[in-house]
Amino acid sequence: MDDIILEARHINKYFHDPVDVKVLSDINFSINKGEFVTVTGKSGCGKSTMLYILSTMDTDYEGALFIDHVPMANKPEPELARVRNEKIGFVFQFHYLLSEFSVLHNVMLPGLKLAKYPAQEIEKHAMERLNMLDIGRLAYKKANQLSGGEKQRVAIARALINDPCIIMADEPTGNLDKKNSEIVFDIFRQLAGERKQTLLIVTHDQEFAARTDRIIKMEDGRIIK
Amino acid sequence: MKLIFSIARALLLARWRQTLVAAIGVAFSITMFVSLLGFMSGLNEMMDALFLNRTPHIRLYNEIKPAAVQPILMSPVYRSGYHFIHSIKATGSRQGIYNGMAILDALRRDDRVTGISSRIVMQAFFNEGTVDITATVNGIEERKETALFHFEDYIVAGDALMLEKMPNSIILGKVLAEDLLVHVGETVQLTTAEGERFPLKVVAIWQSGIRDFDKVQSFTSLGTAQKLLGKTANYITDIQLKIKDITAAPAMAREYNHLFRVSAQDVQTLNAEFETGSFIRSLISYAVGITLLTVSGFGIYNILNMLIYEKMDTIAILKASGFAGRDVRRIFISIAMSIGIAGGVTGLMAGFLFSLGIDQLPFRTTSLPTIKTYPVSYDPFIYFIGGIFSLASTYLAGWQPSRKASRIDPVVIIRGK
Repeated sequence: MDDIILEARHINKYFHDPVDVKVLSDINFSINKGEFVTVTGKSGCGKSTMLYILSTMDTDYEGALFIDHVPMANKPEPELARVRNEKIGFVFQFHYLLSEFSVLHNVMLPGLKLAKYPAQEIEKHAMERLNMLDIGRLAYKKANQLSGGEKQRVAIARALINDPCIIMADEPTGNLDKKNSEIVFDIFRQLAGERKQTLLIVTHDQEFAARTDRIIKMEDGRIIK
Repeated sequence: MKLIFSIARALLLARWRQTLVAAIGVAFSITMFVSLLGFMSGLNEMMDALFLNRTPHIRLYNEIKPAAVQPILMSPVYRSGYHFIHSIKATGSRQGIYNGMAILDALRRDDRVTGISSRIVMQAFFNEGTVDITATVNGIEERKETALFHFEDYIVAGDALMLEKMPNSIILGKVLAEDLLVHVGETVQLTTAEGERFPLKVVAIWQSGIRDFDKVQSFTSLGTAQKLLGKTANYITDIQLKIKDITAAPAMAREYNHLFRVSAQDVQTLNAEFETGSFIRSLISYAVGITLLTVSGFGIYNILNMLIYEKMDTIAILKASGFAGRDVRRIFISIAMSIGIAGGVTGLMAGFLFSLGIDQLPFRTTSLPTIKTYPVSYDPFIYFIGGIFSLASTYLAGWQPSRKASRIDPVVIIRGK
């Protein structure tokens, strides 16, 4: 079981406002390296909430979370930020590109933050990823000049820049039309197939989920399958 | 850090109009601060010049007062016990400094002393018809007085140098000359306290700017004064000193008092009230400056708060992709600081130009014959303080919004979409 990349043990989560509501109860599962996993369920079943806990951004929960065998409990905020920077790539429903920067710079930002390589090398890596996603020609455009599908692909390139252990995505195709959703799905498929990239994707799109390695189905804050 | 600056720069440029307004606010307040303080310090310096430049740092003289050690104390028989002595009178009515020449020699060898000038101060009557006007006659060394105390700056008519060249000459205070109805080149009659009468030729008119002085002061050469009093050439009543370190004046005054057995008065004791006035003027200008900076600080506070609301998404994604809270805080602090630096530098330059402008405005006053334009100080300290204040106020203004930005929870933002 050495290749477990992410493991959740007995995770419970409550919302306190206005009254205590249990939104996640006893979440237990693990993801192996190279797995393409989707989390599905009706809206409000807690799948996004779970993703934010797994992503270390939400620290208000009970239970234990291991990323790359390292426990995340009681880590100070700057260290969690570093874990996100180094080990996790994010794709959200909204692209969250910085409109002040060029596409290339947007992709480079997490790499520059990690500063594992010099800036020129990071630029080269960013260019490689943009080319791989077939948007190399947009590298020097401003982020707000792109179409929705293009923006989402840039966001995926950004998630890939630091070669993360796992890519987490929250409804990555939620804002896209059929054609662009297809492109994004193909990209994920390709990443999982060719690069053995671990992927954890939250979606309510059953069709999308059906084509992945493993489906985690949630209902009322529990994993049912 | 480079990354943080590049992000800060991008955010700044995204809102460059508001940023510009905030920076102009800082620039304006620093401009006003620097020029106001420069103007106030200029006035202070002028006031100081009015008084301090003409005042010796230490003055040595013989004060007429009762002897500190009465004869009875010197008798061994009465040494014990406490003495009650009634009706003590001042003795030694001699005003001249004992052994004046030797003291002058000793002072010339003292390397803390930068300038020495001796004086004879006496009272005399000027006769105008049947009226006698009392005035002080100062026997001075004209060249030294000019070098040390800017004597010639206050000569408004005639030539002060004639005092040395022409025997029996006198310089009158302006009001005194008006009272006596004399002009340069005419003669006044003077009667000394001993009753001797001398005719003296007026060679110049002196104006200090302080009317009470101008009414009672007159100057002759040391030699003429000695002649008026019938004293020898070693008679002097005052020794005026300029010293290197003005703050050492009280200590040195005590030392000379002890060493030469003369009364010694230092400039600090003499001008304590003057310092208070200068201090209060400075205090007012600082208060105004700080008020202006506080107002501009709120401008920066506003723009940062607005920027944070507008850039919630950016903050959220920065945090999601690995920027820690402190990095976000640094970004916003650098935005505040760059507004502060840009505004501060512009303000300092504008303040300097403004000061130059004030410096050109004509300002004539009869009491200050040497001043032609408004006095302005260009003391680097003012600019230094202005710079420090601009940085400090922008940092304080940026502190709270930056902290708020650093505490934004990315989950809340991302969920809200």
